[in-house]
This record gives sequence, structure tokens and C-alpha cells, in this order.
Amino acid sequence: MKILVGYKRVVDFNVRIQVKPDGTGVMTDGVKLSANPFDDIALEEALRLREKGIATEVVVVGIGPADLTAHLRNGLAMGANRAIHVVTADEVQPLTAARTLLKLVEKEQPELVILGKQAIDDDANQTGQMLAALWDRPQATFASKVEIADGKATVTREVDAGLETIEAQLPAVITTDLRLNEPRFIKLPDIMKAKSKPIDTIEFGSLGVEAHDQLKTTQYAAPPKRSKGVMVKDAAELVAALKQKGLL
Amino acid sequence: MSKILVIAEHLNGKLNPSTARAVSAAAAVKGEAIDVLVLADNVDAIAAEAARIEGVSKVLTIARAENAHPLAAVLAPQVAKAAAGYSHVFFPSTTFGKDVAPRAAALLGVAQVSDVMSVESAHTFKRPIYAGNAIVTVEANPAHAVVATIRTASWPAAATGANSAPVEAVSVDAALPTHTRFVNLQQGKSDRPDLQSASKVVSGGRGVGSKENFEIIFKLADKIGAAVGASRAAVDAGYVPNELQVGQTGKIIAPELYLAFGISGAIQHLTGIKDAGTIVAINKDGEAPIFEIADIGLVGDLFKLIPDIEQAL
Repeated sequence: MKILVGYKRVVDFNVRIQVKPDGTGVMTDGVKLSANPFDDIALEEALRLREKGIATEVVVVGIGPADLTAHLRNGLAMGANRAIHVVTADEVQPLTAARTLLKLVEKEQPELVILGKQAIDDDANQTGQMLAALWDRPQATFASKVEIADGKATVTREVDAGLETIEAQLPAVITTDLRLNEPRFIKLPDIMKAKSKPIDTIEFGSLGVEAHDQLKTTQYAAPPKRSKGVMVKDAAELVAALKQKGLL
Repeated sequence: MSKILVIAEHLNGKLNPSTARAVSAAAAVKGEAIDVLVLADNVDAIAAEAARIEGVSKVLTIARAENAHPLAAVLAPQVAKAAAGYSHVFFPSTTFGKDVAPRAAALLGVAQVSDVMSVESAHTFKRPIYAGNAIVTVEANPAHAVVATIRTASWPAAATGANSAPVEAVSVDAALPTHTRFVNLQQGKSDRPDLQSASKVVSGGRGVGSKENFEIIFKLADKIGAAVGASRAAVDAGYVPNELQVGQTGKIIAPELYLAFGISGAIQHLTGIKDAGTIVAINKDGEAPIFEIADIGLVGDLFKLIPDIEQAL
């Protein structure tokens, strides 16, 4: 079975983002970029399924500018068999990403697509669900445990009420939650090996994906600042302060 | 004029309070009608609750055995059909809404606005990105319906009681898939207030040290009638179940009082509590980032301070 894994490049999760003073965006020049943490978890899960003999091929898919290639190499170094790079310089919103992934799904015919539950830049949490809808296949979002057997995936999902288990017939789309696994580190020899692994490059324009239906972002702003707090010296003073505010 | 359809969230025959919060956001659109759609196997009790929410014009119900559990693949095609004639379709931004809304949006062929924190006009909204470190204003295309999830922490629950909206059963012509099956739901049992709607939350982090030690957090919470939350570190260490996690990847909450014990305050955690009324940080490390956003800070050992706090109450 073939698994497609979505792999988005985002500002590293440790970077404290700054909004540009003119409100046109966030500062990304010279800022460290990394794989979206949830996508590393998606790739790790696909690799584990291959190591268990359930999957035969793991393909990482990225949509983005030309220099995204270097980042896809990281996915190959982690262990993916090959990569597909859909090249576009434009911003890609979730619906467009889902339509793009659908084109690749039609071409590659995977039995499983694993994506992160959300990207930590736009925090949308949409692409996997949208792909599943367009593909007319099951979705198992926020997965914290995945078992594949007899043509179906049994997935434990992290929902507000607790842990929900569902069964989805393959092919299906799974999106990963943080507790699904601990992604492996990339080793130096694997970086060397990854250099000879294939990356297919496809021009976004050649796929025939409609991308006109985007949300328009008109302004970026810093979140409102909280006013400076006070320090208290002991528990009695804390309780007194909270009682004075009517909170206790 | 705008007509808004709010998709009700419910569990065990009870309406989830997140629904009334989504109704508040719908009211901010200032449309001509706010209808609530209930999809369930037994709809009556849930619909009756929804009908009492202030501002609701009508409650629509789709009662089908297939709707017994909230499977996105089953619900989304029905929502997409029921959305005909509506200018807006709102879901609460809970795991339920986040699962179903994008699937419905894609079936309608429209982009989705996630985590709406304010309504600027019928097609202009504010939402957080980068873990709440930037707020963007986005415009949806007025040529088609707006599908959005509503950030529950940003909206008060619409009042309940005085209203009595009519309830109307509807049938939609949607083919439902059988490729997805509900197996079970393991619920953490708790008599404490619900984390997402509680007015007070006591939260513990890695500094609590163990599952056993967490009892001291639970005890304090019970004493002041608070819900219990936790940082990712505490959840990953197995001190508490994951549904207590507060933060970017857990629950986003806005209680009146948030007491953080042994939580350093990673960006991802702060995202979950930024809208809390009063944040109190108690930490051994006076340099911990949580003190930067805390309204009241206290440096010290939580195991010594919690008994002191209980005594002072």
C-alpha cells in the first residue's frame, strides 16, 4: 500500500513571530523555517506503517516555492521513498491545497493520506477534512492511535469529550494529533542517502486547480497586550487580592 | 440580508454550551434570522434546549439513526444540503466543529474561516494565526455562503430561557456514506465543571511532578469550584488525561480566573489562556515566561503554597 504524506514548511514553532508595523504581514525574512510539527508526526506514522510491512511506499508531498525542495529532502532523509513538489510562488489556502492534493491522489492512487491536523502558521485545521470531502472518502481527524488491518483503519481520535474510536474503510484520510508518536531524528548518513532519492516537480498551473476562491487577508495586527501584572509575596496576599477582585 | 445557520453540538442528549456561543457570533452578523440545526438520532430534548437560546429564530431538526454519533462523513453532506438559502453556516470551534465544518465547506466549494474571534461585518472577520501571536482580518467572498467555526473563548454564551423558537423537522436529500463507523467513546468521568465553560480553572504543569501529586491540584479546584486544566508537559508525562490539555493544540479557554501552578508558559500554552480574565502564576522559577502575562504572580514552591492558599480561603 502506498501512503501520501503532506509536508508543509512553516516558521519554526520556537520562533516568536512579529507582526510588521504596517500591518501587511508577519516578519519572515531570515526567520528559521521547519517542517510543520504535525507533518513530522504524519511522516513518522507512515514510516512506522512501512516498517510493519503494512505500507510499501511513502511519498511526501509539498506545495510551495522553488526552494521548498531542500525541505522535502528532510522528509526523504527521515525515510520517505520519494517526494512530489508542486511548485507555486503564491499563497496556498486549505481549499486550494485540498484540490491540489486530490489531483495527486487521483494520479498516485494511495490507500492512505496522512496529514497534520493543522499547520502552526495559519492554524486553519481544514485541509485533511476538505481533501476527504472532495475525494468522497472517510476522514479520521486528530488521530492519537492508528491500526490498519483488513482494508480498514481503526483510529482513536482526541476529541473534547475524551477519546473516540472510529473505523474507516480504506482509502482514507487521517490527520495527526501530537500524541500519535514521537518523530525520529534525521541521521547524517540518511541526509547523504536522501540526495539520490527522486523528487518529482510539477508546476501548479499544469494541474488545472481552481485557486480563485481564496479568503482575502486585509490586515495583520499584534494581539492586544495584557496590562502589566503585580507580584505578591505569599499565599495570604494572593487570596486577599483575588477576594478583592471578587474572584474567590 | 443575512440568514445564519448554526450547527448544534450535543452529547448524550444534551446541548453543548458551545452552541450558544456560536449563536452570539451569529447575532453579531445582524442578519434577519438565526436558525439552529440539530442532527441526531433523538432530536427532541436537544431541539427544546436550542429553542430557548435568546436570538434563535427557528430550530431545524434532522432525526436519523445514522446521526447517533457525530461522524463528519455522515453529517457534512446533510449540512451542505441544509445550508441552501443561508448566507452563513457557523459551527463552534470545538473538535466537533473543526471535524465537520471543513468537510461541509469543501462540499459547498467554499473557503472556510476558522476560529472567528470577532465579526467586523457580514463578510469580514478577525481570527488568530501563529498560535495567537497575530490577529488577521479576513474577507470572505460575498458571492457565496460563509462557512466558519466560532472560537468559543471569544464569545459569551447567548442567554437561555426566555425564548421559545419553533422547532421544525426537515428532510434533506443527501446520500450518506457507510464507509465510516463509530466504535466507541471513552469519556473521562468528572463531576467538576466543564473546562471550556468554567469561570474558574486551576491548572498544573510539569512542576507538579507526578500523577499522585496532581491530587493537590484537584483538591484545590474542588475547594473553589473550579475546573482542572493542564499543560502539554503534564499530559505527555501521563499526570492527567489529554482532554485536560489547555493550549494551541488542546482547549482554548477564557475563564474569569486562571490559576497556573508549575507551568512555565510556552507560547503554545499561553495561546490557550490569553483571553482569561485574571491569570495567576505560581512558579518556583521567577524568570518563567508565564509571569510576563500573569496579572498576579507568586514565586515559590506550589506544594507549600497550595496548603497556605487553602488555609487563607
